[in-house]
Amino acid sequence: MQTALRTALPETELASLANFAPQTRVVREERPAQASGLPLSIRGLRKSFGDNEVLRGIDLHIPAGQFVAIVGKSGCGKSTLLRLIAGLEKIDAGSISFADEVKAEDIRVMFQEPRLLPWARVLANVEVGLGRDRASKDADARAEKALNEVGLADKRDQWPSVLSGGQKQRVALARALVSRPRVLAFDEPLGALDALTRISMQRLLERVWRDQGFTAILVTHDVAEAVALADRVLVIEDGRIAHDVTVNAARPRERGSAELASLEGSILRHLLSAEDRT
Amino acid sequence: MSLIDSIALPRNFRLPRADGLVQWIVPLGIIVVWQIACVTGFVPTRVLPAPSDVALAGWKLLLSGELVRNIWVSFWRASIGFLIGGSIGFAFGLANGLSQLSAKLTDTTLQMVRNVPHLALIPLVILWFGIDESAKLFLVALGVFFPIYLNTLHGIRTVDPQLIEMGRIYGMTDSELFRRVIFPGALPSIFVGIRFALGIMWLTLIVAETIAASSGLGYMAMQAREFMLIDVVVLSILIYALLGKLADSASRVLERATLSWHPAFQKR
Ligand SMILES: Nc1ncnc2c1ncn2[C@@H]1O[C@H](COP(=O)(O)OP(=O)(O)OP(=O)(O)O)[C@@H](O)[C@H]1O
Ligand SMILES: [Mg+2]
Repeated sequence: MQTALRTALPETELASLANFAPQTRVVREERPAQASGLPLSIRGLRKSFGDNEVLRGIDLHIPAGQFVAIVGKSGCGKSTLLRLIAGLEKIDAGSISFADEVKAEDIRVMFQEPRLLPWARVLANVEVGLGRDRASKDADARAEKALNEVGLADKRDQWPSVLSGGQKQRVALARALVSRPRVLAFDEPLGALDALTRISMQRLLERVWRDQGFTAILVTHDVAEAVALADRVLVIEDGRIAHDVTVNAARPRERGSAELASLEGSILRHLLSAEDRT
Repeated sequence: MSLIDSIALPRNFRLPRADGLVQWIVPLGIIVVWQIACVTGFVPTRVLPAPSDVALAGWKLLLSGELVRNIWVSFWRASIGFLIGGSIGFAFGLANGLSQLSAKLTDTTLQMVRNVPHLALIPLVILWFGIDESAKLFLVALGVFFPIYLNTLHGIRTVDPQLIEMGRIYGMTDSELFRRVIFPGALPSIFVGIRFALGIMWLTLIVAETIAASSGLGYMAMQAREFMLIDVVVLSILIYALLGKLADSASRVLERATLSWHPAFQKR
C-alpha cells in the first residue's frame, strides 16, 4: 500500500507528458531510494543455544516496504530472530531469503545502545555506515545529508560524549540510513529513552520510513509503540509466531485513539494469557 | 583509566590562567624554606647544602661541560632503552590481545618473567655485558617492557565488544577495525602503561648507573660521594627529579593531543 502511494506521484507527472511504461521505469531508477524496500521470506527457521531451543520454526513473509513490529515476553527470542535476519548469527535450520541479491549495505541494524565510536566526531561516525563506500569522494556529503534527515546537521563536528541519549540514538539512525538500506531492523532502539524523547523518535522513525520506503522490522517491549508505528504486529511465543495482527489504522496515526487502544488491549491480553499459562 | 580520571578532575577547580604556575608554588616554597634553614645554620651544610651552593656546583659543572655530557648520556640511555623495551612490549601486547594463539603461546611465560624483579638481574647483567652501554639499555628495556605490555594487552582486551560487532556489521576489514575501533579504544590504557613505564625507566637507570657505569648522572653522583661533594650529589638527585617531570609532561601532552575525544580531557 505504501509503495503504491509513493510511486503515484511520478507516474501522474509522467502521464501528462507521455503515456508509456518504459519512461516510468526511468523515473524509478532515478530515485532508487523510493522503491527500495526488500521483501523477505522466512521458512521453518530454527535456532538453539545449546539445549535452549529459542526459535522452533518461524514461518513469515514480509512484503517490500512493510513496517513490522515484533513483540513477546523477555527472552522469547526476538533479538535472536533479528540477529538471524541481519546475518549476525548462524541459522540452525530453515531459511531466510530476500527477493534480490543482497549486499551487506542493504541490511542495517540499530540496537538499544547507540554504539557510536567515542573517538570519532559525529560526522565520521555516520560515515562508518557507508560500508565499503567510506573512502568515496561524496562520503562527507552523503553523511551530512543523513545527519540532516535526523535533524542533527549542526552537531557534525561534536564528540559523541557531549550528545544526549536521544541525540546519540539519532546519530546511530543516521549511520544506519546513510547507505540507503533496503531492510532496517531495530532492536528496541528507543528502550533507553525517556517518554517524550521516545515519542519524537517514533515520529522520526515513521517519517524516514515513509520517505525511504525500506522494509522495517522493529523489536519492542512497548505494545503501544508497536501499534502506533507498524502495519503489522507479530507476537512470538514458545519460539513460534503465535499471533499475526494487521494494523489498518490510517497514517498519520493519532496516538491514544480508540482504535489503536483497543488493538493494543487485545495484543496485551494475548501476551498476558500466555504468561498465565506458563 | 583510573589514572586518567584522577588527573583530569582537579583541573575543574582551577582558573585556566594560573594553571601553569600553581603547580610550581610548592616546589619553590620548599626551596625557599630550605635556603633559609641552611643560611640560619638550622641545617648543617655537611648534611644538606644550601640550594644556592647546589646551584653554584651546577654552574661549575655546566662550565666544565661535564654536566651536559652526563645528562645527555643518561637521557640517551633512558630514551633508547624505553624505545626498545616499549616497542617490544607494545608488539607483544598487540599480538596477545589480538590472537588467541599468540596469547596461549607467550602470556604465561611473560607473566612468570614479570614476577622476577628486574633489578635483581643486575649481577647477572654485569657478568653478561660488563659495565657496557648494553647493560643499562637491557635493564631499562626490561623494566619498561612489562607495564607497556600489560596495559596494551588490557586495553585491547577491554575494548567494548559491542563496538567491535558494530564495526563488523558495517563491513570494516580487519585492518580498518584495528585502526578505527581497537587501537583508539585501547589507547587510554596504553597511556597508563607509558606513564608507569617512564617512572620505572628512571628508577632503573639511576640504580644501574650508580652500580655499574663510567658516565651518566648516577655515575656523577657516585663519584661526587667518593670526594664528599655533597652539593653535586644533591644536584644529581634534583636533575633526576626534573627529567622525570619532563618525561611525564611530555606524555601528558601526547595524551591530551590523542585523547581529545575523552570526556576527561575535554574543556569544561
Ligand atoms: N549468544 C547466546 N548464547 C547463548 N544463549 C543465548 C545467546 N543469545 C541469546 N541466548 C538465549 O536465547 C534466548 C532468547 O534471547 P533473546 O535475546 O533473543 O531474547 P529477547 O526476546 O530479545 O529478550 P529481551 O526482550 O529481554 O531482549 C534467551 O534465553 C537467551 O538466554
Ligand atoms: Mg532482546
